[in-house]
Amino acid sequence: MKTIIKCATAAVVLGLGACASDPVVEEVAAPVTQVEQVAAPVQRAEPVQQVRQGPVGPLAGSLADFQANVGERVFFDLNQWRLDDSDRAVLQRQAAWLQSYPSVRILVAGNCDERGTREYNLALGERRASIVRDYLVGLGVDPSRVDTVSYGKERPIDGGSTDAAWAKNRNGFTQIVSGARNS
Amino acid sequence: MLRRLLVSFALMIGLVGGLWSAGAQTIIDVTEGTIKPYPIAIPDFNAEPGTEEVARQISEVVRADLVSTGLFATGDPAAFIQKDLSIGLQPRFADWRIIRQDGLVVGQVGRTPDGLLSVAFRIWDINGGEVYRIPVENRQTGRTELAAGQSFTIAPDSWRRLAHKVADTIYTRLTGEDGYLDTRIVYVAETGPKTARIKRLAIMDADGANQRFLTEGRNQVLTPRFSTSDQEITYMSFEGGRPRVYLFNIQNGRQEVLGNFPGMTFAPRFSPDGRSVIMSQAQNGNTDLFLMDLRNRQTRRLTDHPAIDTSPSMSPDGSQLVFTSDRGGSPQLYIMNTDGSPLSCPSGGRDTACRITFGRGNYSTPVWSPRGDLVAFTKQTRGKFHIGVIGTDGEGERLLSEAYLDEGPAWSPNGRVITFFREARPGSGPKLWSVDLTGRNLRQIVTSTDASDPAWSPLLD
Repeated sequence: MKTIIKCATAAVVLGLGACASDPVVEEVAAPVTQVEQVAAPVQRAEPVQQVRQGPVGPLAGSLADFQANVGERVFFDLNQWRLDDSDRAVLQRQAAWLQSYPSVRILVAGNCDERGTREYNLALGERRASIVRDYLVGLGVDPSRVDTVSYGKERPIDGGSTDAAWAKNRNGFTQIVSGARNS
Repeated sequence: MLRRLLVSFALMIGLVGGLWSAGAQTIIDVTEGTIKPYPIAIPDFNAEPGTEEVARQISEVVRADLVSTGLFATGDPAAFIQKDLSIGLQPRFADWRIIRQDGLVVGQVGRTPDGLLSVAFRIWDINGGEVYRIPVENRQTGRTELAAGQSFTIAPDSWRRLAHKVADTIYTRLTGEDGYLDTRIVYVAETGPKTARIKRLAIMDADGANQRFLTEGRNQVLTPRFSTSDQEITYMSFEGGRPRVYLFNIQNGRQEVLGNFPGMTFAPRFSPDGRSVIMSQAQNGNTDLFLMDLRNRQTRRLTDHPAIDTSPSMSPDGSQLVFTSDRGGSPQLYIMNTDGSPLSCPSGGRDTACRITFGRGNYSTPVWSPRGDLVAFTKQTRGKFHIGVIGTDGEGERLLSEAYLDEGPAWSPNGRVITFFREARPGSGPKLWSVDLTGRNLRQIVTSTDASDPAWSPLLD
């Protein structure tokens, strides 16, 4: 039981969508067979069901919910600012989520990798942020809820200098500024 | 003693009038071609009682300054034969010829009656057997006259500046170029991991001495640039959450946001006359160039193009701009008239902006040379970064450096040297470097932290 609670907390804090449910079920299942001897197996199993559907998932409308079930970032190709299908899928989820929680305000930040010069990257990041904002607005999000900023190459999320790190750092980051439910 | 010195200097002033520039004894050819450093002996300056230590330090800085230009070799003091040098006496030329010195500097350090530190010096032409006459302003007549020597005074705690003044005088006299050693460099000091970098404005003497921070680091700051006065800089800060251009007064520490633009502003530089700041403003996915008049705070749009236009830099006469634009599909350098009128492009046709870079790769951060004929830039090609220069007509591109990241060139005020920042290897952190415009004399300016975005001050008064 303790394992379950720990995992649920981690899910909320870190925004990890998939909790390790299989081991949890196994651990809790063992006592259940013992309980069968007193002929009340169904009732004893209930706590397991509750934990999995209730407190394990982030609170709907919370930052953790947004992080876990919607996605905060879209990723751009080298020197590009166009959205591909997977980016559009993320933004469609963001737009739908924002429609469900109309008090939420967001800041869309455009980020670049380190393989460009500082000032051009500030401009490129602004272009990326605006592309994301325009797509969300096109899906019905009120433009007054969306601010944009560019961090250029100044705020990498991966400090490495590999193709994989640069790919992560070329992103549009949708940050919830206010209005989310407290999880 | 000092008074006597000054009197004797007044007597030494030759009344050659304006002829000094024509009769230049300039020896060092600073144009293309190999340069053999000019051998010049600079023994420790003589010291009046109580100034022995500072006299030695000043002499050391003069030597280091001249060596740092790449144009001078200061001889080995252990080899010097004549020890009884005096500023008022002719040296024994044979003693210096035999150890193959072409020049000799004899100096004297002392204190003025009002407590200032003073230095007087002469430069000797060993082969010609005469003193190099130096253009000096006659304080009584206000006219420039040729003197046999030069002297400077300053508050004692600024003794390094005395040394830089001496070195600049020697550099100018022997190369014919304006000096650049008595200057400062403003830059961004970087600390912390890449994913949570702290960036502070910092300033130092051009030789790396007297490093100090100007901001505390609560907000990331980028791309500082000096005004034509050495007291004011413009830069970009994330203060308040979005990039905006600020003015900062070094003397009183006051800073203010420049203008009330929607969106974000960045990439600021002063116009060469110091009256305006040119910068980028980005809004709704488009970045254009603007000019703000600092007297009335009126802004004027310089470009109106759906592509990115950034990193503007004005020609010395203010009539033109060079900037980065990706209007052709990738970042390249363009030139336009400041008043927006069309111009004849070197590559043909007339347009409101002419592309001047056509090499393979991306070009950005153009900086117009103070001399007017060259543009320094960052070039990114085949996985490497370079600092380079190109003619304003797009001719004669030359790359001066290559590294994992070389970025952000800025000119010395005399247009001879370029400073920039380099990350030599992935993750090694940025450091400041300088290189001669011919690509020689690449050297690091050592800073106490990682550092980027250097910009040179004008020559100090």
